[in-house]
Amino acid sequence: MASGRIYPETEIRRRGTRRMSAMTPPSCPTLRHAPGGGVALSGEWTLAGILRTPAVHLALLAAAARASRWDLSAVTRMDSALAVLLWRLWAGRFPEEMEISPAARAALERIAVLPAAEPISGAGEESALIGGLRRMGTFTLGIVHNALGLIDLLGRLALAVGFLCRHPKGIPWKEFSANIYRAGVEALPVSALVGFLIGVTISYLSALQLKTFGADIFIVNILGIGIIRELGPVLVAVLVAGRSGSAMTAQIGVMRVTEEIDALAVMGVSVTLRVVLPKVAALLLVMPLLVVWSCMAALLGGALAAWKELDLSVIYFFSALPDAVPIANLWIGLCKGALFGVLISLIACHFGLHVRPNTESLSRRTTASVVSAITLVIIADAILAVFTRNFGV
Amino acid sequence: MTKPLPVPVIDMRGIWSRYREVIIHKDLDFRVRTGEVVALVGGSGSGKTTLLREILGLLPPYRGNVRLFGHDLQTPDALLQRDIRRRLGMLFQQGALFSALPVFDNIAFPLRELGFLDEAWIAELVRLKMTMVELEPEHARLMPSELSGGMIKRVALARALALEPELLLLDEPTAGLDPARSQGFVRLIRALQQRLNLTVVLVTHDMETLCGLGCEIAVLAEQRILTRGSLDTVRAFPHPAIEQFFNLPSTAKG
Repeated sequence: MASGRIYPETEIRRRGTRRMSAMTPPSCPTLRHAPGGGVALSGEWTLAGILRTPAVHLALLAAAARASRWDLSAVTRMDSALAVLLWRLWAGRFPEEMEISPAARAALERIAVLPAAEPISGAGEESALIGGLRRMGTFTLGIVHNALGLIDLLGRLALAVGFLCRHPKGIPWKEFSANIYRAGVEALPVSALVGFLIGVTISYLSALQLKTFGADIFIVNILGIGIIRELGPVLVAVLVAGRSGSAMTAQIGVMRVTEEIDALAVMGVSVTLRVVLPKVAALLLVMPLLVVWSCMAALLGGALAAWKELDLSVIYFFSALPDAVPIANLWIGLCKGALFGVLISLIACHFGLHVRPNTESLSRRTTASVVSAITLVIIADAILAVFTRNFGV
Repeated sequence: MTKPLPVPVIDMRGIWSRYREVIIHKDLDFRVRTGEVVALVGGSGSGKTTLLREILGLLPPYRGNVRLFGHDLQTPDALLQRDIRRRLGMLFQQGALFSALPVFDNIAFPLRELGFLDEAWIAELVRLKMTMVELEPEHARLMPSELSGGMIKRVALARALALEPELLLLDEPTAGLDPARSQGFVRLIRALQQRLNLTVVLVTHDMETLCGLGCEIAVLAEQRILTRGSLDTVRAFPHPAIEQFFNLPSTAKG
C-alpha cells in the first residue's frame, strides 16, 4: 500500500546520520483469534492503519460474522472511521462478551449516541413517460423564462438609453471603448483568416461546377451575393459568439459569483448601464464593421481562387462586382451584422446575470449562452432570408 | 507502544520568502510539536498567510526547508506528497467549499478520494462529522451558496476533519462571524482539538480567539518570529509591533 511509505522505519538524513522518522511508526492494527471463537484487537485502529494493512481489514470482516467474544482492551487508538466500521459489523450494539479499552469505548460510544439515520428520501423512480414529459416541460419553461428575461433586459437597456439621453455625462465611454477593442480590434486577425479561407473554399467548389456549364463569369455573382449577404454576417456572428459572447457571460457570471454585481448596485451604479449597455453598444457598432472586414477577406480569397482556377483576373473580379451585386445586399449584410451583434450580446449578458453562485452553474450558463446565441442567430438569419427575398437579387 | 518521539510536526528552518522584490521572511525558524496549539499573529503584510501557505506546500519558500511530520513536502514523489497532505486538514478563510457540491458531498469528498470506503460507511462518517461540528442532518442537502457564514465555516471544518488529520491549519477561523458565533466556533475547535489530540496552527487577528483557545502565540514582525509564548509572556515583550497589536485590538484583516 502506497501510504505505507509515509512511516518509514528510518530515513537517511542529508547529513548522513540515521535517526527515527518524525512520527513513530504507529503500531499497526492487529487481529488475533483467541481460543473459543474470540477475537482480540490491538494497536492503533485507524483509517490510515487499515489502508496500510488491508489484510487486517479483510480478516476483521471475516471474523466479525462468527466471533462470539471481543477483546479490545489492547486497542490504543480508534478513529471514527473504524468505530463506524465496527459498529456496523456489530449491527448497532455492543457485543455481549466484550473487553474494551477506554479509547476504543469512547470512540464507539460517540457512534452509539448518533441519532438514527433518516432514510434518504430520494425522489421515487418515475416512469419514462412522466420523466420525459417533465424534462420537456422543464425545457419549454426554460425557453419561456429566458425569452422573458431577454425582453426584460431589453426593456432595462431602453430605460438606460433614455436615461443617458437626458444625462449624457453618464455615458460609460471607457467601458464602451474597452469593449470595442476587445470584441472588435482583437477579432480582426481571426475573422480575416477565417473569411479568407472560406472564400477560397467556396470559390473552388463553385468554379468546378460553373466550369462544366461554361458560366465562369457568374462566379462573381455567386461569391458576391453569397458572401456579402449571407455567409459574411453568419460567419462573423458565430466567431463573435464564441469569442466575445462566452467571455461576456463568464465575466458577468464571475462578477455575480463574487458579488461584484451587488457591490456595483449598492454603490448606486446601474449594472445595466455600466456593464450590459457598453457590451451591447460595442457589438452593435463592431459587428457590421467586422462583417465588412471579413467579407473583404473572403472576396479576396474567392477572387484569388477564381484567378487560379478559372483564369479570371482579380481586377476583373472586383470591377464586375458592383454590377453583379446590387448595393442592397451590402445594406442587408450590415443590418444583419448589427442585429446579430445585439442578439449575441443580449443573450450573453442575460445568461451571465442569471448565473447562480457556483462553478457548475457558471460553466453551464456559458455553454448555454454560446449555443443559444448561435442558434438564435441562425434562426434570425432564416427569418430575414424569407422577408428580404425581394431585395437585391 | 513507544511514546511519540519529540520530532516536530512542522519544522521550518531558515525560511526566506519574498514577493517580487519585497522580502517577507528572513531566515525564519518555526517549529510546532505534537499537540501544540500555536497562533500566528502580526500586522497586515507581516506574512502570516504566506507562512501558512508555505506550511501547506502551496507556496515553496524562496530559500529554506519545510518539513511536515519529518518529510519534505516539496518532494517529487506524488504519492508521498498525497499521503502527507492526507494527514493535515486546512480550514480556508472563505471556507473554499466546492460550490457545485452540496454539503454532504463536500464533507464526503476527501473520504471518497481514498477510494476505499463504501457509500454507507461514508454516509455514516459524514453524519458523525456533521454532528461533531454541530450541523443538523437536514443541512446535508444544502448548497454552499445557501449557507450562512457560520455554517460555511462549520462545513469547511467538518471537511478538514474528515480524515481525522493530525495537523489542523486554520486561516482566520472566526473572521466574518459575530461575537457569539465566533465564541461558539472557538469552543468547538478547542473541544475537537482536545478530543482528537490535534496539533493546530492558526492565523488570527481576534483576541477572543487567542484567549479562548488558550494557545501559544507566535508574533510575526520584522520578517521573523519576534517572540513566542503564552499570551502574558508575549504581551510583556517590549516591542512597538506588539504594543500596537495588543493595545489596539485590531478588527482589520491582514
